Amino acid sequence: MTAVEPQLPTPETRPAVDAVEAGTTATQVVAGHSRIPWRFLGGRAAFYLFTLWAALTINFFLPRMMKGDAVSQYLSRNRNVSPEAAEALRALLGLDTDKSLWQQYLDYWGLLLRGDLGVSLLHGLRPVTEVISQALPWTIGLVGLATIVSFAIGTIGGAFIGWRRGSKLDAFIPITTFLSTIPYFWLGLVAIAVFSVNLRWFPIGKAYGVGMAPGWNLEFIGQVIHHGTLPLLTIVIASLGGWMLGMRNMMLTVLDEDYITVAQAKGMPNRRVLWGYAARNAVLPQIQSFALSIGFIVGGTIVMEMVFSYPGVGKLLLDATNAKDYALMQGVFLVITLSVLVANILADIAYAFLDPRTRQTEA
Amino acid sequence: MTATDATQRRKAAGTPETLLLRTTGPGGHRPDQSFWSKLVSAFAMFRNGKSIAGLAILGFFVLVAIFADVLAPYSPTKVDNSARLQPPSAAHWLGTTHIGEDVLSQVIHGTRGVIVVGFLAAVIATLIAITVGVIAGYLSGWKSEALSALTNVFLVIPGLPLIIIVASMFEEPPLVLIAAVLGITGWAWGARVLRAQTMSLRNRDFIQAARANGEPLSRIITVEMLPNLMALIAASFVGTVTAAILGLTTLSYIGVIPVTTYNWGTILNWASAQGAFGRNQWWWFLPPGLCIAAIGVALSLINFGIDEYVNPRLRSAGERARAMKKKGLDVNDAVTTVRKDTVRTDLASTDLKNPGND
Repeated sequence: MTAVEPQLPTPETRPAVDAVEAGTTATQVVAGHSRIPWRFLGGRAAFYLFTLWAALTINFFLPRMMKGDAVSQYLSRNRNVSPEAAEALRALLGLDTDKSLWQQYLDYWGLLLRGDLGVSLLHGLRPVTEVISQALPWTIGLVGLATIVSFAIGTIGGAFIGWRRGSKLDAFIPITTFLSTIPYFWLGLVAIAVFSVNLRWFPIGKAYGVGMAPGWNLEFIGQVIHHGTLPLLTIVIASLGGWMLGMRNMMLTVLDEDYITVAQAKGMPNRRVLWGYAARNAVLPQIQSFALSIGFIVGGTIVMEMVFSYPGVGKLLLDATNAKDYALMQGVFLVITLSVLVANILADIAYAFLDPRTRQTEA
Repeated sequence: MTATDATQRRKAAGTPETLLLRTTGPGGHRPDQSFWSKLVSAFAMFRNGKSIAGLAILGFFVLVAIFADVLAPYSPTKVDNSARLQPPSAAHWLGTTHIGEDVLSQVIHGTRGVIVVGFLAAVIATLIAITVGVIAGYLSGWKSEALSALTNVFLVIPGLPLIIIVASMFEEPPLVLIAAVLGITGWAWGARVLRAQTMSLRNRDFIQAARANGEPLSRIITVEMLPNLMALIAASFVGTVTAAILGLTTLSYIGVIPVTTYNWGTILNWASAQGAFGRNQWWWFLPPGLCIAAIGVALSLINFGIDEYVNPRLRSAGERARAMKKKGLDVNDAVTTVRKDTVRTDLASTDLKNPGND
């Protein structure tokens, strides 16, 4: 719903920009007299630290609010564990209830700061960090690529559709919007039914074929590409609409500005007005959304990984939730939250670089 | 001028509603404004073709949800072992499931859960968003900053993973609880938009005047500010309904929500678990998916309409370009002031001559 964002009036910032400078591009104005907005930076840093604390505290309380504990689930799967061993397991996982909640909270922070996320019951008591770091590359590789492809096609296409406003190209907007209102899991399942089951163009799910040993050889890489194509295409199709609509709406708003009329009246070639003036200004909110969507690469595709049984972070979280493997669940939630926070910081930095008005109003 | 007058004039003139309302709207002098016409103008953002089409589709699904018991030919859970996995026929319009349940009846009954959860979650989210957003925008200083920080925390914390974890805490989460969780995780974006708009309204003359008159804060917010925020509130409400419906069906498909309550996601969960997607049993998995998509399209149509009301350039750009094309001009040609003016008057006259030419 990016399009709904109100166009904030910034009249009080306008006179600050010199009329001569305003004729140049935004970045050059900044480079002229760059002063570091400490108040702005300090405020943002405080906000991110607070959010980090809030997210980690929620993460601490989540498993403690849940019914049934991991060990009893583990025991019901492995019947030959003695009661003493079960007690030891509880102590190992920090689930012994003799300690006060406050003490548990302090212990949690101590372990966290040492980078110790505990062990995963679901994966044979291996360290959670190890389990997550194995799944992370799959998610980042596939979803990251899909996000970049979708952003590039959507933004360039949206700029072009906005430029050719009123033409037949406008039909793209309702089509891509329709595709993005379909629930993703359904799109994925139908894609599997059509392309994998009926046409047999792509394999069904998984990141590579059964019995393949991961390695940097041509056959394995070919397999990964073959298995990844369908998930990639479905993600791109499902997310294209948002990028295209956002860019097209911004283009329509920007194309009405006086500086576009001036540029055209000066006799500039249309190509230059389109990409150098209109699209360049319209792309600002897109870049901010792009930085934000980087954060959702890790956490936003749980459903994709479930539909395609892709061995990424999202599937890890689902399996951990079903098995009540709290340590793994907390670890995955932590990684997802951290990536969203980092993406937000990136978005802030990108925006402050690209749009000097942000710094002037905030500082 | 009464509201019906305005509608008739609009129909006769064939001009876009939003534009006309803008000219005769809050700025115009209409001392004899009745309560009814005030109410009508409060919902002005829905009075355009796109929004009305969206509302009509949405209304259809609401009616189906209300009259599910009358409309459904069978009980959604009626097992019929003699008719398993049958393709569509006269007896079962959308075929049957693996244990002979009627798919059409399941889809009709499933509408209820989707509509109830979607609207309940959106009501909860919108109420929180209005409270937090408007207060944060109206106040200043540390109170505003604190509310804004709270909004940002909820914006940053990843929603779906959190919902999955919270929903799995309960053995049999009731629909009300699912709606509450979806609402509580989904209000932050609306609050942020409303805060920004309230901040820009705060310093306008009519608010300053109300404050100088000594009107109490509650009156300033409810009487002076809220009517001006209606379009944004509506947009954020519609956006939350969409998100809640997608969230509910996704959670049901994943299996976090128990399969005892029927909604479109649970049907897809069953279809997927029974391998309907692999065996081309399209009558089982296509209808629920298309229903979700139809509701999604309806909601985005409503939002398109609101967008064009909030930002009239979105609408006028395409219309102007088409009108210029008719005259043999390209909108992207270098324009001079003189030509621009002639085009503007031409547009007005063509609109008068060809009513309903959208």
